[in-house]
Amino acid sequence: MESVHFSSDKLQKTLQTENRPGSPGKLAVSLTFARRALLKIRYQPEQLLDVTFFPVLMTLMFTYLFGGALAGSTSQYLQFLIPGILVQTVIFTTVFTGVSLNTDIAKGVNDRIRSMPVWSPAPLVGGLLADAVRYAMASVVVLIIGLVLGFRPTTDIIAIAAAIVLVLVFAFSLSWVFTTIGLVMRTSAATMGISMTLLLPFTFVSNILVNPVTMPSWLCALVTINPVSLLTTAVRELMHNQFDWAAISWVFVASACFIAVFAPITMRLYRRK
Amino acid sequence: MLDMPQGSSSDYAVLASGLVKQFGKKVAVNGVDLAIPRGTVYGFLGPNGAGKTTTIRMLATLLQPDAGEALIMGHRLMKEPDAVRRHISLTGQFASVDEILSGRENLIMIARLMGYNAKQAKKRADQLLEAFGLTDAASVQAKKYSGGMRRRLDIAASIVVRPDLLFLDEPTTGLDPRSRNQIWEIVRALVASGTTVLLTTQYLEEADQLADRIAVIDHGRIIAEGTSSELKASIGSGMLHVRLQQADQRARAQEILASVLQSPVHSATDPLLLTAQIQQPELAIRALGELAAASIEVTDFSLGRPSLDEVFLTLTGQTAEPKEEVKA
Repeated sequence: MESVHFSSDKLQKTLQTENRPGSPGKLAVSLTFARRALLKIRYQPEQLLDVTFFPVLMTLMFTYLFGGALAGSTSQYLQFLIPGILVQTVIFTTVFTGVSLNTDIAKGVNDRIRSMPVWSPAPLVGGLLADAVRYAMASVVVLIIGLVLGFRPTTDIIAIAAAIVLVLVFAFSLSWVFTTIGLVMRTSAATMGISMTLLLPFTFVSNILVNPVTMPSWLCALVTINPVSLLTTAVRELMHNQFDWAAISWVFVASACFIAVFAPITMRLYRRK
Repeated sequence: MLDMPQGSSSDYAVLASGLVKQFGKKVAVNGVDLAIPRGTVYGFLGPNGAGKTTTIRMLATLLQPDAGEALIMGHRLMKEPDAVRRHISLTGQFASVDEILSGRENLIMIARLMGYNAKQAKKRADQLLEAFGLTDAASVQAKKYSGGMRRRLDIAASIVVRPDLLFLDEPTTGLDPRSRNQIWEIVRALVASGTTVLLTTQYLEEADQLADRIAVIDHGRIIAEGTSSELKASIGSGMLHVRLQQADQRARAQEILASVLQSPVHSATDPLLLTAQIQQPELAIRALGELAAASIEVTDFSLGRPSLDEVFLTLTGQTAEPKEEVKA
């Protein structure tokens, strides 16, 4: 497929075009990187497996494994579980942010981008914004499968949307932890390994699957202060037409903390790569 | 401050002094000084692992030098990286395009990052695709491009906004002769339009064809610098290779050649081979005669233009073959 027509006249003309555009804003370049990540999904639709197949699997598995034993019936348990599984699925999806950054950073295109006069966090911010789209897809998949199985939220669409936005905000913030890991680890397999090791206790030592009242008091305390529990509580309440402002505020505080600590570390590591 | 060669910093695209970069215990770049006049092509010539890419990565703001300083288009490399980035473009040794995206999508992305709006970006991308003979492959993923096409796309991406200084890291390595000629044509057109080009190469011929000045780099140091004809003059008119019948006669043959040619004679790893730099071809004929007179049997000999390997042999007394520890 070698192309033969190579025009030196046209080349000359291309070089003489001298309308240097002004520097684009931070948001504009971040959105360009987000668009790039989304364009790639078109070429690699298998990238969507973790936000389609995985949420379905998680929902079905936990509903039928635990439903009868924990809540007497699966339909009872679904009302409790679906908001939690929404949180869990999206949080698990955030791991792939670090993994894909680790794979991406090794490519030559990063050298080009980093030698360009663009806002340096833009490739990361853009990537995370594109991931937010993926998280939204995962959320919708969980909700749909939940509704099919018998989840009945007692609220309106706006509260549900607010719940999803809250999950996205938290996931976006948490992603910076995994981008840090992705930049520290040498391979994507190692990134995956470390991230999952951190993520498993972080998600399971929470109120996603069970009510913590029967746990030993020290564990119950741990579960209560886990930001994942706070997020789950806030989402659960939103789905059932309650606004737990305390939980919602804590989710924002936790999110701000993740960004404040891990975004600068990520950027420092990224600039040094 | 930097020692200015002559003229002011505005005459130079790159002025660097004492650049050093170390990776662990290995010193990749060991005190490189550069003065690259604006509007010229400057060639870095050297084998793999010589420090060419590391030097370029430092000058392109990708690596922080451990020591030294540089002015790029009049801006201080370490203090004003953003100002430097506004003047430069980098085409890396390995494809610096996104292989998953199509050629057109790549160019549009770069144009958007440069500040073009959506419509202008598409227009600029199409214009570049046409000029670089890539219109037919515009919607094909870059990973499906041939080596030459990928290189052209890579350079097209570097000139979405024509830079004042373009770094080309081994632009023709692995390309067929026709693609190589196309790249050379592009480089010449770029320089004609006012861009300064810093290119690295392993090929003497490429440096010879394109570069106004050449720096020969080995083990992180510049071991020779000058125009192509200055360098050639410094390495003599050519190399004499002599292959002997018997290995045990080599020491004696080496003595004879050295005394007749009046220049150092190198013994290669091949126990039958001797190589020497010669200033005048007549001396080579005399030297062969002396070998015959000493009853040293010669199975084969050749007289050739210096190759890159021989440039290194002459300048460093070592072959250009990368050593184990030099492997980057």
